[in-house]
Amino acid sequence: MAKKSIKVRAKEKGGVVTVKALMNHPMETGLRKNKKTGKMFPAHYITEVTATIGGANALSANWAGGISKNPYLAFDAPGKKGDEITLSWTDNQGNSESATAKVK
Amino acid sequence: MNTDMKRRVFLKGSLAAGTVGVAVSAGLLAPQAVMAAWPKAEFEAKKMGDLGAASGDINVKAPDIAENGAVVPVTVTHSMNADSVAIYASANGTPLVAQFMGPGAQSSVSTRIKMGKTGDVIAVVKSGGKMHHAKKSVKVTIGGCGG
Repeated sequence: MAKKSIKVRAKEKGGVVTVKALMNHPMETGLRKNKKTGKMFPAHYITEVTATIGGANALSANWAGGISKNPYLAFDAPGKKGDEITLSWTDNQGNSESATAKVK
Repeated sequence: MNTDMKRRVFLKGSLAAGTVGVAVSAGLLAPQAVMAAWPKAEFEAKKMGDLGAASGDINVKAPDIAENGAVVPVTVTHSMNADSVAIYASANGTPLVAQFMGPGAQSSVSTRIKMGKTGDVIAVVKSGGKMHHAKKSVKVTIGGCGG
């Protein structure tokens, strides 16, 4: 967990910041069977994602196991160069991660 | 018990990381303070909610054929004043995949979703108290639920 598990980049053009993020996460639905043990892999997926730009709420999202493994997320939101962008997620097992970057 | 062990390992890891661990703990509090409760019933529903009327103001970009149903790229763009943007995979066991809210949901959202089999990717925009939707049919050659 010490390894950085969120990569986030943000570029501003004409007052609009395009944010691209890649998160490391197994996003297990709980429906996949471990063929060796015959048991299901337990559900383990990101449930909430939030992003702030320049301290203001930029995006909030609710997710479930239907989002692909190692989730990719991109969106446009207001902001300016030099603003700090923070992206955070919480998953169904109570884990959280957060990363920050500067809007370029 | 298993979750407990994972939490202990996680906490041990973050404590070992020192200041990073503190920052992560602070981050832990922030999202939950902002977010309303996760809508479990909607994500566990086997049927889709109200899709509303089809709208030409919403566009769903997704491949005609997904080689790998585990990773189907989807981009939803729209020109409405959106309270929320939801993405459904109509043929999945639990079709609701994601909901997006806030300023970042006002023009374009992209992500990658799992599709168990051929079906529609449907974007539902809630605006002005009503639902509006657009859909894109995606053929899935290899199903995306680890089968």
